[in-house]
Amino acid sequence: MKLAYWMYAGPAHIGTLRVASSFKNVHAIMHAPLGDDYFNVMRSMLERERDFTPVTASIVDRHVLARGSQEKVVENISRKDKEEEPDLILLTPTCTSSILQEDLQNFVERASLNCQSDVILADVNHYRVNELQAADRTLEQIVRFYLDKSKNQSVQTQNKTLKPSANIIGIFTLGFHNQHDCRELKRLLTDLNIQINEIIPEGGSVQNLKNLPKAWFNLVPYREIGLMTALYLEKNFNMPYVSTTPMGIIDTAVCIREICQTIQQVALTLQNQNSKDQSFENHLPFGGVENYIDRQTRFVSQAAWFSRSIDCQNLTGKKTVIFGDATHAAYITKILAREMGLRVSCAGTYCKHDADWFREQVQGFCDDVIISDDHTQVGDLIAKLEPSAIFGTQMERHIGKRLDIPCGVISAPVHIQNFPLGYRPFLGYEGTNQIADLVYNSFTLGMEDHLLEIFNGHDTKEVITKSLSTESGLNWTQQAQKELNNVPGFVRGKVKRNVEKYARQQKITNITIDIMYAAKEANS
Amino acid sequence: MKRLHIDQRSFKILKYKKKTKNMTTNILSNEKIVFECETGNYHTFCPISCVAWLYQKIEDSFFLVIGTKTCGYFLQNALGVMIFAEPRYAMAELEESDISAQLNDYKELKRICFQIKQDRNPSVIVWIGTCTTEIIKMDLEGMAPNIEKEIQIPIVVARANGLDYAFTQGEDTVLAALAQRCPTVPAQLNRRGETPSTLPDGEKNSSTLEGAKPLLHSGNKQPSLVLFGSVPNTVATQLSNELKLQGITVNGWLPAQRYNELPVLNENTYVCGINPFLSRTATTLMRRKKCKLIGAPFPIGPDGTRCWIEKICSVLNINPNNLLERETNIWNNLEEYLKLIQGKSVFFMGDNLLEISLARFLIRCGMIVYEIGIPYLDKRFQACELTLLKQTCIEMKVPMPRIVEKPDNYNQIQRIRELKPDLVITGLSLANPLEARGITTKWSVEFTFSQIHGFTNARDILELVTRPIRRNTNLTSLGWNTLVLK
Repeated sequence: MKLAYWMYAGPAHIGTLRVASSFKNVHAIMHAPLGDDYFNVMRSMLERERDFTPVTASIVDRHVLARGSQEKVVENISRKDKEEEPDLILLTPTCTSSILQEDLQNFVERASLNCQSDVILADVNHYRVNELQAADRTLEQIVRFYLDKSKNQSVQTQNKTLKPSANIIGIFTLGFHNQHDCRELKRLLTDLNIQINEIIPEGGSVQNLKNLPKAWFNLVPYREIGLMTALYLEKNFNMPYVSTTPMGIIDTAVCIREICQTIQQVALTLQNQNSKDQSFENHLPFGGVENYIDRQTRFVSQAAWFSRSIDCQNLTGKKTVIFGDATHAAYITKILAREMGLRVSCAGTYCKHDADWFREQVQGFCDDVIISDDHTQVGDLIAKLEPSAIFGTQMERHIGKRLDIPCGVISAPVHIQNFPLGYRPFLGYEGTNQIADLVYNSFTLGMEDHLLEIFNGHDTKEVITKSLSTESGLNWTQQAQKELNNVPGFVRGKVKRNVEKYARQQKITNITIDIMYAAKEANS
Repeated sequence: MKRLHIDQRSFKILKYKKKTKNMTTNILSNEKIVFECETGNYHTFCPISCVAWLYQKIEDSFFLVIGTKTCGYFLQNALGVMIFAEPRYAMAELEESDISAQLNDYKELKRICFQIKQDRNPSVIVWIGTCTTEIIKMDLEGMAPNIEKEIQIPIVVARANGLDYAFTQGEDTVLAALAQRCPTVPAQLNRRGETPSTLPDGEKNSSTLEGAKPLLHSGNKQPSLVLFGSVPNTVATQLSNELKLQGITVNGWLPAQRYNELPVLNENTYVCGINPFLSRTATTLMRRKKCKLIGAPFPIGPDGTRCWIEKICSVLNINPNNLLERETNIWNNLEEYLKLIQGKSVFFMGDNLLEISLARFLIRCGMIVYEIGIPYLDKRFQACELTLLKQTCIEMKVPMPRIVEKPDNYNQIQRIRELKPDLVITGLSLANPLEARGITTKWSVEFTFSQIHGFTNARDILELVTRPIRRNTNLTSLGWNTLVLK
């Protein structure tokens, strides 16, 4: 048992449901007790979804507990089959059904006998995987199911498209800015003269999954979801994939170069295979890849210019802490360290299952790495490091509020305000602009910063101590207190903590002005 | 377009609709309310959500939900930002080793409760049992007394799980468990002069102090009255004051603001509920605590509040004073809201058990109710409310609504499409999709989290009900009411 107040990644079935409800005309049936269908609330509220979420529950109640689900699950599946006529019904186990250990696979087989729809059982173990892993797994499972099916029916078309084309894998519902990222990726690929073959799962149809192998390669923008599918397609269909996330100027360039190399390789093999007169020479506009990257970097994206501008100078060396899912935390760390000259005191992720990859990515770009899914640990770390800004999830935003440290939200889990109506991609060249804005706006503006320091701040309120630890045992003399009040509000807490830390080290309990100055000298 | 699943009742519905729209039929007093029961495939919140309001109500409590990640994720998502205010609730998250009994439940729970004691030192820890603890048959009731002894903090066990209950019924299970901890004898009667800090341990008091009971009868003008149901403190004060105007003293509330202020309950206590979902609590109070239950409609809406007070007065042999004037005044003040909703139709999809009281109030306001969906209907506990509903229908000359227990959301949506009600009161998962189809909705959850009891708050109910209608008057002329492609 674990005492837990909050969690970064949700339970497994949420991941399965996110994938299922991203596809068009796929219905998920949860084997769950009453009230477990709150996924519908999340989707309807956070995504402001206009359509009914295609998720229903086959309710597990007292009766089911006593007698087993028996006909209930089968009935619910065939009922949905008639009502909604979905292409696929995905039976989704929950924590409850994992312990009931009913033979759900058997129900699925029985139901599929008299259903028009395909019926499969999501193969996820509630107690072993989290939301992200389950989503990755489910997506692969669905793709595999349909490719196997088309193989059996031998309708599968192995022919590649005439022009270079890509599948985008891993865009889905309730993902952090996924809709906007998807639009930006499409723009990027169109710029590179690459057709979009299929985008899965968001808005995709399972009937079209058989077309996946037609694409020249797969693009997997996020580390968490889609890699399993890409690996499966590579192994079984010899499809290469690009998994560098095009986030930040440098990595967008890396991603574009990888894409072009991949296309050239595929082009070569295709030429070997059929001698048809296909022109695979460089399709790229603007006279070649490097030229394109250069133009985009210097003139389309404002971020490269921003980091040269005198505004960004003030950010140089400022301390930050970064925390989020593996993809966003790793790439934002690289952007802040490489492209903006900030100092990343600590970068971390809650994706414990992907810790090695994360460490490797951020190595050399941050002082320290934290791998944890315990928000109190992250909170304590932030309190200890006292960065000038945090980039994290909604949880870090709240930690920041408590400690008076600004926070930019860069990763799920998120609230409704992170599903903006306006265009806010994190990927591609427009993404770099959005990230630069986010970073810049998170810090106190440069001039304001100076003026506050010179004129002792405009904050005349009493001292607010927002340290996480309440035990102090130190006594501030009246004069010292007054002096502390003169310190600008936004650094006051930090000064106070520094002085107290110093006093504790020196085993002093009475803090006078002299001690304050001594502390300042000792710290500098 | 999907083929439409034809509801076998659709013909009946259309007839019903005609009847309600024309309003020509005379309502006969012998017409009966139609009760139906569907499949139970509906959306509602898990009963563990009661933690959200109860931990705030009982200020010195700590709620420990013993369940899985699924429960935890529900609490943090459905209850939004409250988690960040250093909440006095947490999950004891069960892991694979707990499920397969590789770990000892007793030791694990003891460890966690010790930690809670150390971090927060609450006056009571409430264990919320979930589906998982039910299925693996974790003996929470058996373990609680022993751990309670070891950590010296009372542990109350409530099985608020989705296998048995819906949404607000969670509060019912907690209050029923708390009722058992209420002292049977006032502390000052038996341990005069001793520290009152020993008060919370009701069972200890009751066993040692049998002899003190007869004292209660002497010199008591009014028998003791305890109200049960968790409402914000302002509402509790408002309702108590309302009774005070009639010369009735409220001797206590279940739950009280603090655990050690739990009311005294014994065979001389009259109890009265203020929420329709508290049937288990009522049963416990009657059977275990020998209290006398005052069955009354619930104080929701001015009509409900008046009947509620009247009923309490009649039981306590008091002539109600100025009550009708008070009610009339309230109605007069609601005039502007009533204009907006009179003659409009409403459909309750059902998810929080407040539906019957709200429907009754809205009918009194002049609305027509097509259907009252409700998760569970205790006809005995809600008897007075049902009678008042029927009477209201007759007086307002509207047909009796259908009451659908354990509704089926899919069928309901078909009925909504046919009936085209002016307002659908529904959960969060269906509200946006219905709005996109041009159907006006109000989220039912808001009624649970708003102040809706008593005379004073009648305006708040109508504020909620009319909000989407007022929004419509602002936006209809724009012309984009349906926002999905046909």
